Amino acid sequence: MSLREELQGLPPAKLAVEDVSKWFRTSRQTVHALDHISLDINEGEFVCLVGPSGCGKSTLLDIIAGLATPDEGRVMADNEPVLSPGRHRLVMFQEAALFPWLDVTGNVMFGLKLKPGLKNKERREVAKFFLHLVGLEKFAAAHVHELSGGMKQRVALARALAPNPRVLLMDEPFAALDALTREQLYSDIQRIWEKRRKTIVFVTHNVREAVCLADRVILFSRNPGRIREQFDIPLPRPRDINSIELAEYAGKITRALKGHSEEEPAEE
Amino acid sequence: MRRASLATLFFVILVAIWHFIVRAGIWSPVLLPSPQSVGEYLVGAVRDGTLLEATGVTVRRLLFGYLIGIAIGLPLGLFTSASKFAEDTIGVMALGLQTLPSVCWIPLALLWFGQTESAMLFVVIMGTVWSVVIATDTGVRNIPPIFARAARTMGSRGLHKWTKVILPASLPFLVSGMKQGWAFAWRSLMAAEIYVTILTGFGLGHLLHYGRELQAMDQVIGVMLVIITIGLLTDKILFSPIERFLHNRWGTGLR
Repeated sequence: MSLREELQGLPPAKLAVEDVSKWFRTSRQTVHALDHISLDINEGEFVCLVGPSGCGKSTLLDIIAGLATPDEGRVMADNEPVLSPGRHRLVMFQEAALFPWLDVTGNVMFGLKLKPGLKNKERREVAKFFLHLVGLEKFAAAHVHELSGGMKQRVALARALAPNPRVLLMDEPFAALDALTREQLYSDIQRIWEKRRKTIVFVTHNVREAVCLADRVILFSRNPGRIREQFDIPLPRPRDINSIELAEYAGKITRALKGHSEEEPAEE
Repeated sequence: MRRASLATLFFVILVAIWHFIVRAGIWSPVLLPSPQSVGEYLVGAVRDGTLLEATGVTVRRLLFGYLIGIAIGLPLGLFTSASKFAEDTIGVMALGLQTLPSVCWIPLALLWFGQTESAMLFVVIMGTVWSVVIATDTGVRNIPPIFARAARTMGSRGLHKWTKVILPASLPFLVSGMKQGWAFAWRSLMAAEIYVTILTGFGLGHLLHYGRELQAMDQVIGVMLVIITIGLLTDKILFSPIERFLHNRWGTGLR
């Protein structure tokens, strides 16, 4: 694969979650984490999974990533069953999970180095391109501990984008950041998603965040983890998290979320 | 500069105290030689070559045994961290043997290998291996699981996972384990050289031993100073740069 193709981006993938169930068994109890979840996600769609903690949304993300296996059902990515983690589905976690023994460029190149068919010089070019995209080209040689929380997540984003995945899976990636940094990242992620169209599955418990980013918000309930309702968000982009229309959608979804929680009393 | 001169001052005062205690004449000079006589012994021993030769012999044994110890201990430690079976067998054995003072290996080594270089090497290796095994095992077990998850999603597995993720991630533990291994190797070698008389090489431990036999206290103290200096230099030359690198990268140890 040539450098140019590498920088152009691959077509995003279609995901299909087919009747997935999962239980967690401990010696004291069995938790029904996911109950017959079925979900189709289109090529290039931005989907947010929202729900109370413990509703299984992160578990579903792990299953899509191939980091966990479902007890029943399966996940298809471009009509191929997901059996293990793969280069076309990269994950961003709540913690940046950057490797402290590598500098920023080294971290961005980690996934790239596992990709055959590229010369090291080309890998460097690709890393530079993505560091530029997330606005951190000046920090190419910085050590991980020198970065702020927001910068670390930008590096993690560049690291996930660099190997050119078709799907980006994000597990509450901004939950640990302050509000200002988060708002900056919302606009960054929208800008980047416009340029590098990926299928994105984004897990959050922040409804506004979900409405700001997603084409479709999927509401989960817990005990057992089920899909309760889906909301299309037809707002124009780029979206501002403080806009009134966005707040109206968020209010509607929050009310639905509360309604479901009242139906079944929570037990943590 | 200020730090260096303060440190120098400290050691000068130490030697001065020593000097004045000797001058006070409380103890016989046979038991407490003056700094001058220890200095004269050291200069003489350097001139006639005995000291350099002994240092060479000792350092060679130490390095050789230490490197073999690491070459055995590191893979064993990785193995115990990766397999339950190895953890219950080799891991438990390592834990037990690590608590055994390395001097205790000397009688066994003498009976097995006789008065030979192999006996020396055996004792040094036994002193090194077990603490390296345990440090490696601890290091791998303390890697944040998120590193492994992130690496897995990017397609790192098998040998790549071990060499590019697990080993570097456990580096801070590995280095402190190697330091500890070094200290144990050094101790066990000195014990071995003091107890085992062999003809193939005359190390610092032997100089110490014969210093005692000849009641040459200036030699005993002089050689002890050399041993301390070697320990210090190793730390400064071998381990400090690695630790600096780690602190730099991990952002730890900042004052």
